[in-house]
Amino acid sequence: MTPVQSIAAKELRSYFVSPVVYVVSGVFLLTFGFLAYLYIVFTGAQAIQLMQMQGGTAQINLNDLVFRNLFASMRFVLLLILPILTMRLFAEERKLRTFEFLMTAPVRIIEIVIGKFLGVYIIYLGILLLTTLVPIVLSLFSDFDWYPVLSGYLGLALLGALFLAVGVFASAITENQIVAAFTSFGLLLMLWLLAGLGSILGDTVSGQFISYLSFMEHYDRLVHGLIDTKDLVYYLSGLTLMLFLSHRVVDSTRWK
Amino acid sequence: MIEVQQITKRYGNLTAIAHVTFRVAKGEILAFLGPNGAGKTTAMRILTCFMPPTEGTASIAGFDCVDQAMEVKRQIGYLPETPPVYQELTVSEYLIFVGRLRGLSGKSLSIKMDRVIERLSIGSVRERLIANLSRGYRQRVGLAQALLHDPPVLILDEPTVGLDPKQIIEIRELIKSLAGSHSVILSTHILPEATAVCQRVVIINSGRIVAEDTPDQLSARLRRSEKIGLLLKTIPPNAADRLREVPGVLHVMPGTEGHTLVVECELGRDIRDELARFIVKNEWGLLELKSMSMTLEDVFLRLTQHEDGMSRQEHDPQDMRSDDPTHTALSPGALGR
Repeated sequence: MTPVQSIAAKELRSYFVSPVVYVVSGVFLLTFGFLAYLYIVFTGAQAIQLMQMQGGTAQINLNDLVFRNLFASMRFVLLLILPILTMRLFAEERKLRTFEFLMTAPVRIIEIVIGKFLGVYIIYLGILLLTTLVPIVLSLFSDFDWYPVLSGYLGLALLGALFLAVGVFASAITENQIVAAFTSFGLLLMLWLLAGLGSILGDTVSGQFISYLSFMEHYDRLVHGLIDTKDLVYYLSGLTLMLFLSHRVVDSTRWK
Repeated sequence: MIEVQQITKRYGNLTAIAHVTFRVAKGEILAFLGPNGAGKTTAMRILTCFMPPTEGTASIAGFDCVDQAMEVKRQIGYLPETPPVYQELTVSEYLIFVGRLRGLSGKSLSIKMDRVIERLSIGSVRERLIANLSRGYRQRVGLAQALLHDPPVLILDEPTVGLDPKQIIEIRELIKSLAGSHSVILSTHILPEATAVCQRVVIINSGRIVAEDTPDQLSARLRRSEKIGLLLKTIPPNAADRLREVPGVLHVMPGTEGHTLVVECELGRDIRDELARFIVKNEWGLLELKSMSMTLEDVFLRLTQHEDGMSRQEHDPQDMRSDDPTHTALSPGALGR
């Protein structure tokens, strides 16, 4: 096992012993399921209305009415919930003084950062996998296009990676878990609100630049079924930047 | 094996350690002795590459602690002040994790694990969550972590804290058994520990090394006087002055209990006979007369209570006035002997 694998495996183990992962995944799944139910019922009602007006059968697009809305709503849920998953990663090590052990083990700091990130990311992907129950059940009773759904899941996976990396960074700067959670929550909120600022500035260079920094447009395209390298580059560079910053922060704490 | 040259560490304006220099030979056990806050932990953190020194250099096995940190980390086993255990893991899970970070795996890991578990007698808690273990067991698991990969250099920050007396003896024996094959630095503020385990003692106070020697030599070097304890039936008010008439007596102080006196006399001069004769002649009722040599504990207190204890003593060996604050602390009984 490489150090990255060992650390990721240890984080996984730690998550499953603590109640946090159960609470977080419970809330996540409940929200996902409930939102899906709402959109489906709403779509059903619309279908009945359409049928009454047009008579006969109406073509209902589940991709547009259910999945697009569902994925769009999940942005906010991720923003609220993922900081709770990441808050303990470094903060707890500091608090319980295991940080010193990690720093004096023959492991590079970047390996620790990546290991911890991977540990929490695997948990997140596991939760996402459980939500696929919704489209699978829906596909048994209706027809929809799988490709936008899959690209929506890709969007969720990439957005989650970015959010978790921001959370790793926030956890690295403090030994207080609450502070870590709120810092990552605040950073993500800013990242979201940049989209608003960008749209106010409109089609100017600075407006486009600021909109580009926000995850909104990059996520929306994926939810609409558009996989663009520009968006992939955005997520991967954001992820790399946040992990690099975490590395710097962890390293710098030794010098104080 | 371990070379420390003039290291200084400052946290902002606070100087934690200043110009600390020492070395540890291969197979030697060195005690880092000092009161809390003296800079022991800082020195150890620099040696373990947890943080770099502000000035000076430290090296372990020829590798520099700043530039070749990875190599240094491979050479050491480190037990920090607080045992670095993960509460949510069981003891064996924890040791497997530690071993893997140290690059051990498979058969060699399980052999080393079994060995260290047996050495620290933590077999009975092997499958228990660390969160449910007592302080003593956690400390031992922390030590197991440091010893797991059998490193040539061990750095132990107060290894016996939180253990019961029986365990303390076991751990001391264990550390002693490491001498010869391992270089060990251990920090402690408990004197008997330093004397019992170590070949050499470095006394550190307020970030500076105030003395460095073998435990025996250290107390011999600092012993400028012998002390004699007296228990008398009656102590006349002028007893102190009268006793000074006896040749060789430097100083007389009241003891901690009633009817006792402590007489300090010149080193290398046995005056018990004259002292006894003098008291009997004056009919003060001599009940008890015993010689009390200065222990390392006295030395330690003396060194750490004066900023410049060592140098002052060297310049003025006869400086033993009654207004010396250490004297009250050094009176018999106060140290619980």
